[in-house]
Amino acid sequence: MNKTELAIDVKNLSKKFGNKVVVNHIDVQVPKGQIIGFLGPNGSGKTTTIRMICGLLTPTTGAGTCMGMDIRTKADEIRKKVGYMTQKFSFWEDLSIRENLEFVARVFGMDNIKERVDNALKNLGLAQRQEQLAGTLSGGWKQRLALAACILHEPEILLLDEPTAGVDPKARREFWDELRNLSEKGITILVSTHYMDEAERCHSIIYIAYGDIMVKGTVQEVIDSTKLVTYSISGDDIMGVMDKIKGNPEIVTMAPYGDQLRISGSDKYKLEHLLNKSTKDKITQAEPSLEDAFIFYMTKSAKEEENG
Amino acid sequence: MADVFSLYRVFAIGRKEFLQLKRDKITLAMIIGLPIVLLTLFGYAINTDPKNLNSAVLSRDNTEFTRSVITGLKNSGYFKIEKEITTDKEGKELLQSGKMQFVITIPDNFSRNLIRGDKPSILIEIDATDPVTIAGAASSLQGIIKSIIIRDLKGPVAHLRGELPAFDIEVQKLYNPEGLTHYNIVPGLIALILMITCIIMTALALTKERERGNMENLLSMPVQPIEVMMGKISPYIIIGYIQSIIILLMAKFLFHVPVLGSVALLMLLTLIFIICNLALGFAISTAAKNQTQALQMSMMTMIPSILLSGFAFPFYGMPLWAQGVGGCLPMTYFIRITRGIILKGNSFIEVWPHVWPLLIFMLVVTTFTVRIYKRTLD
Repeated sequence: MNKTELAIDVKNLSKKFGNKVVVNHIDVQVPKGQIIGFLGPNGSGKTTTIRMICGLLTPTTGAGTCMGMDIRTKADEIRKKVGYMTQKFSFWEDLSIRENLEFVARVFGMDNIKERVDNALKNLGLAQRQEQLAGTLSGGWKQRLALAACILHEPEILLLDEPTAGVDPKARREFWDELRNLSEKGITILVSTHYMDEAERCHSIIYIAYGDIMVKGTVQEVIDSTKLVTYSISGDDIMGVMDKIKGNPEIVTMAPYGDQLRISGSDKYKLEHLLNKSTKDKITQAEPSLEDAFIFYMTKSAKEEENG
Repeated sequence: MADVFSLYRVFAIGRKEFLQLKRDKITLAMIIGLPIVLLTLFGYAINTDPKNLNSAVLSRDNTEFTRSVITGLKNSGYFKIEKEITTDKEGKELLQSGKMQFVITIPDNFSRNLIRGDKPSILIEIDATDPVTIAGAASSLQGIIKSIIIRDLKGPVAHLRGELPAFDIEVQKLYNPEGLTHYNIVPGLIALILMITCIIMTALALTKERERGNMENLLSMPVQPIEVMMGKISPYIIIGYIQSIIILLMAKFLFHVPVLGSVALLMLLTLIFIICNLALGFAISTAAKNQTQALQMSMMTMIPSILLSGFAFPFYGMPLWAQGVGGCLPMTYFIRITRGIILKGNSFIEVWPHVWPLLIFMLVVTTFTVRIYKRTLD
């Protein structure tokens, strides 16, 4: 597949609600068939961006295409090619699983409704529960229903807004296996998430904060871009060490993991100096994780926001 | 473009609404319960044929006959003879002040003139400001008095029975000579119940989806505003008809309201009225931000309809500005249609002047709603 072929290509996209800038001149390019993770703190503009891409919100500035169709003028056609899974479960709780799927199939004007719904139920393991009302399902099943409904009309792009929030690890893993399957079939997926393990499963990620894109690229590129150094201290009194050096400007992230304390900073020399001064325990250098990178960017963006 | 409108999608939405409605037991109970409760209330509890109305008798002829008439009136249950008075002036004052609703005057020498065959008159003055209250009593008066006198005409005067009427009853309705019969209530109730159900149901139709988050989903699907509107109102058309049929059956068999005109014509025109109200409810639903707001807006459209449509007060008795407001409400016209068809046996030509305003209302509201319906979340 031609790598330069873009499923989503929007430039200079902004959205203002009143005076509040929620999304600030961002560019999003998603190559066909890839899974792109959309990350960022709460309220950073992820949902708004996704809604603009699928035509649910009109951008204040910017333009672009979704499957080659203008997001401003071809919203109707885009709707047919896009499967959008909302953050909050938005299917009808007083309809059964089957009835929800049948409704979607009808609205999209599909033929062989019974057969297609049967297949969808089978593929996502919903067949046994098809008569159950959606409102009585647990989080994982609701999410599965929502995914089944989103892909029922065979969209070319999936826009998933925090699809796995509040879902248990097993269900999350199965969900991501399914996303991978879809991606293998050539479906492009833009998925927002707060989970690091999910971000690591994406082909590449986009990190957004306060409406600005802070960084994008593969997981390794994102981690490398921070130029963080990470150390791990193991000992009996890691909480004591933590208290001692807490708030020091050299520290970007610090968190205990079991009997280890992981500390990341931007300046290798100064950080080493600080740690050597504060503890007699063993200090070893470690690899910065994606989580460290995110906290780095969150802190950075918060500072930039404060300074205007 | 073939994709601008699809009846198939309308059907898809209608089917979904119907399934949801089927599971909403409280709403279903309201749909069936509302007409039954309202009709029973108006028919029985809110008595439009009240008894024991305050009455005064001015009897200038104290004979066995007249005493018998007074007793008979008491026994009918309609009249509570509070007072026996002696002057006309007293009677006028009692009516004026509202203390008495009936003043019955039996003239001098009534019995003698009756026996002579001079056809004396009994004068009945009625305070008709509240015509619904007095209608039953007033209409029974003549019958009661006649039957008493006939019963008492026996022995030597029995021959007068055959020469009826041996006397006259002169009824004067004061203050509101036009008067309304209590039959008026039932045709009005059809309009009232349909309006309440249709407006509230659809006013909640979209706000409910918005509050539950379904709206975002619906908007991300390829459906046109007019399809959503038609799909959402379609199940309620059926419900409107179910209610109309309940009301008509109750009216006929429980309250014995004669249906003089064509039921088919009534049903056809009911459809237009139902759609008017559903469209109005849908407009409210589009404009309101949540269900509370939708209910408030519904109340604001329903109350003027109840007060100014001719349901609560005679339309032409209202000041001109109120008639003007009433003239913009679909209920005003539909009440005239139902009263016309049910009570007067009106034909289509006769009710047409009230049909076209409904059609215009339907068109204007539908167009307005489709225009304000937002396809985005902006």
